[in-house]
Amino acid sequence: MKKIINDPNNVVRESLEGMALAHPDLIQYHADPTFLVRADGPVQNKVAVISGGGSGHEPLHGGFVGHGMLAAACPGAMFTSPTPDQVLAAAKAAHGGAGVLHIVKNYTGDVLNFETAAELAAAEDIEVRSVVVDDDVAVQDSSFTAGRRGVGGTVLMEKIVGAAAERGDDLDTVTSLAEKVNSQVRSMGVALRPCTVPHSGEPSFELGEDEMEMGIGIHGEPGREKVALAPADDIVATLLTAILEDLPFEEGDQTLLFVNGMGGTPLIELYLAYNSARKFLADKGIEASRSLVGNYITSLEMQGMSITLLRLDDELTELWDAPVHTASLRWGL
Amino acid sequence: MTDCSTEGITRAVVALHDTIQAHHEELTTLDRAIGDGDHGANLVRGFAAVAERLSEGEQPTPGAALKVVATTLISTVGGASGPLFGTAFLRAATSLGTAETVTARQIADALEAAAAGVVARGKAELGDKTMIDAFQPALEAARDAAGSGADIAGVLDAAATAAEQGAAATAPLQARKGRASYLGERSVGHVDPGAQSTAYLLRSLATSAAS
Repeated sequence: MKKIINDPNNVVRESLEGMALAHPDLIQYHADPTFLVRADGPVQNKVAVISGGGSGHEPLHGGFVGHGMLAAACPGAMFTSPTPDQVLAAAKAAHGGAGVLHIVKNYTGDVLNFETAAELAAAEDIEVRSVVVDDDVAVQDSSFTAGRRGVGGTVLMEKIVGAAAERGDDLDTVTSLAEKVNSQVRSMGVALRPCTVPHSGEPSFELGEDEMEMGIGIHGEPGREKVALAPADDIVATLLTAILEDLPFEEGDQTLLFVNGMGGTPLIELYLAYNSARKFLADKGIEASRSLVGNYITSLEMQGMSITLLRLDDELTELWDAPVHTASLRWGL
Repeated sequence: MTDCSTEGITRAVVALHDTIQAHHEELTTLDRAIGDGDHGANLVRGFAAVAERLSEGEQPTPGAALKVVATTLISTVGGASGPLFGTAFLRAATSLGTAETVTARQIADALEAAAAGVVARGKAELGDKTMIDAFQPALEAARDAAGSGADIAGVLDAAATAAEQGAAATAPLQARKGRASYLGERSVGHVDPGAQSTAYLLRSLATSAAS
């Protein structure tokens, strides 16, 4: 393992301290329990949109705290969900009197801890709603599983729902908007190389030089199957075919196409994949009217990418375009 | 041992930290195969905090000591194992109530309450390849042992033995809950890390009770 760290046990804390020092105008960092909150928060009479999850997915979620997006973020230990006291402390710090919306990725640990935190918040008279993101088409959805994972769609939901909260939508409206985004977004990912969690020091799975892992999530967990490495056009076609069939997306749809790096793939390859994806979609008569390309929901230094497609209507487009000012997404301001 | 004091319970749960410390790398390796490879590290963090908090002062009753274990695990472990083990200890604490000493029968009842709590929180069943596959046989063995007059050490030994067998039996199963379920058939052939840690924790409690 080669990493720029001091002590594996202090990675999360030292990184958050650095982030707060780098962005004092945007975020405040609280230690013990750990959370990040808007520097100008709590914003009175606006819904506080909060998210969190394991660390190692940067810039998710701390990079999205600020104007027009998240009111607070709770980073857990590496790849481990935050604890309920962290989520509760974040809710109390961010609550501006109009309620709190939890955006939770569908992983058992995240769901259990946010659920417990919501109960604790209710006991302190803070109204909390929760929306569980489950956009990953790589995972079979049946009554025998814990359901699909929440992955890239989380970033798009945080932006769109954060914009609605910023313009003053109430808790019911913001919650149903989050559910609408979840119903319209699908994702799938691929890894070319695994990542190494600092405290374990070992790669999270094995992959040969000529292999890739299809259908990975964001925690270094293996995906559905190992397959032979293929050209970008073929990888993109595999991912997008699964995505398009699942919703299903149709000819004439307006979409937001999000090509996300897992942390260890350069932008030249992500833009190349984006180019492939645009051609693939154009052949199906699907327009990518909005785009996002870069490392936004990562898995440490994993090499690979995920593709997320969100079906847009006028409301979602307007909220996506609305001003945002965070450490990792900024436009219109 | 026929019944157990707060001091005995506290000593036994503090010893869980040493047990997890000894096995954390193995648990993490099991978790790397079908999860994200942090189960051992998360439990070490939690049980280290438990040992520290309990060393700060004696609790009035065994139930109160277990409640400290529960809240500490919930606030330090994170992931799924924090709330699941936390709930187990919380239900066990509630089951013991304010009794100042506990009997073998009460220990068996507490185990039963703990397992019921894990089922309720995790919504898993026997055969889903989770810690329930260790917990469920453990509570049945504990109930039988208590019914046939075993002492606390005997009840916990029976529970630990059943949990060990239950954990080993998870290897051929396909996971239907938790992160391992995302692997589908690829989860087959690996022991579930949560079932294994449950077996280690019960064995540790049994060893403490016998000494």
